[in-house]
Amino acid sequence: MLELRHVSKSFGNKQVLQEISLHVANGEFVSVIGPSGSGKSTMFSLIGGLLEPDAGEIYLSGENITNKRGFISYMPQQASLFPWRTIIENVLVGQELQGKKDYERAEAMLERAGLGDVIHAYPHELSGGMKQRVAFIRALLSPQSLMLLDEPFSALDEFTRTDMQKWLLSIWEDDEQSILFITHNIDEALFLSDKIIILSVNPAEIKEVIEVPFKRPRDEELLLSEEFLQWKRKIMDVIQY
Amino acid sequence: MNTSVLKKIWRPFLAILLFIGLWEVATRLFSIEEWLLPAPSDIVMEARSVIPTFLPHLQSTVTLSVSGFLIGTTVGLGVATILHLMPRVRETFFPFIIISQNMPIIVLAPLLVIWFGFNALPKLIIITLACFFPIAVSALGGFTQTNRELVHYMKMMGANKAQLFWKLELPHAIPSIFSGLKIAGTYSVMAAVVSEWLGAQKGIGVFMTLAASSYRTSRVFVAIIVAMIISLAFYGLILLLEKFFIRWQQKGENN
Repeated sequence: MLELRHVSKSFGNKQVLQEISLHVANGEFVSVIGPSGSGKSTMFSLIGGLLEPDAGEIYLSGENITNKRGFISYMPQQASLFPWRTIIENVLVGQELQGKKDYERAEAMLERAGLGDVIHAYPHELSGGMKQRVAFIRALLSPQSLMLLDEPFSALDEFTRTDMQKWLLSIWEDDEQSILFITHNIDEALFLSDKIIILSVNPAEIKEVIEVPFKRPRDEELLLSEEFLQWKRKIMDVIQY
Repeated sequence: MNTSVLKKIWRPFLAILLFIGLWEVATRLFSIEEWLLPAPSDIVMEARSVIPTFLPHLQSTVTLSVSGFLIGTTVGLGVATILHLMPRVRETFFPFIIISQNMPIIVLAPLLVIWFGFNALPKLIIITLACFFPIAVSALGGFTQTNRELVHYMKMMGANKAQLFWKLELPHAIPSIFSGLKIAGTYSVMAAVVSEWLGAQKGIGVFMTLAASSYRTSRVFVAIIVAMIISLAFYGLILLLEKFFIRWQQKGENN
């Protein structure tokens, strides 16, 4: 589905990304993990078409989308909802930009996501976790088949975060969307993904790609299992090495 | 709700009453001539007798200031939009706009009469000039202060320039546009009265000059008070519109 081929990017003299090649298959959940400042957000801007790589190409379903916009759907770190729009109007933004609005589907999706009571509320009436849910639904409802999620839960407290991860899986597992997910939280990456890409810093290179063997659907028990902890240790070793 | 409004309002209301009372007593105590400073009671009497003949003047001024205000708003928003969407144009022309505001309108007025005559056009130009600046500046400020995260989201989602403007920047700027509108609304009445001094058949400005030149000071005060009331009414109307347009913000924090 998404393919990066030898993508490099530098700002001035500072090389940020070096020879990044990665692959996200149809319906796959891929996490990119690495320390802050490892150029993860730059990578997203490249895939989103806001920046042009110095070298390399980006393909989506076989089509070259290097430096082209509008091919991916996006969920930022902050919920970034429009304060003057109600929740239902907010989740329809992505569709509006591409032309067609499907009000019924949005309504049904919000119901299913447990947001049925706040369809006509304004964002300021919602808690931080609820706003993130809305932002995720907005990304999911956008017509593009690949979602980029940029550390979406990093601003939430630990309790809300675990809830959100379970909730995200429950919504996403019914769907066919592919996800590329940025995080610096190892637990989060392991719990959610099919594949974890570990980046190094200065410049960011791909250190290792780890296939996560856990079966779906996953639940909270997994977080405390021996197997989970072993994988976590393995990833930490790779990062520290 | 009514009691809370009363609680808020009684102090300033009392202060105004006290002020008017003092004024009344002072004019009587020091027996000040009516042509110099009429007592409030004189002004009320004058208002009663003069209101029927005053109405056409009032109507003319209101029409003038409303049309000037609407033109000024349109021009102001248009200019702000153009300057915002074309940064080059903004760099080139923004200094001109600032300079144009430092030119006192009253000085410009006779020139406009020379160029355009005594009809409505120079008056509308004066009001437009007075209104357009606060609106243009506040709108431009609103556009450029658009939340960066929302802009980033829109760009990542592939929004083009027009979508970015209509769906994000314009709605985002509405609160600041309204603060410009409130200033422009009060300017428009003042500018209308000033423009009528230049020469007109009707209007509060005309009424005022006639009254002043014949030392009918009570009438001048009637005109001033009516102008104030119109100005306040404009302000109130814009406030209502604002409440309607940004009702999403009423209860919560400003995001």
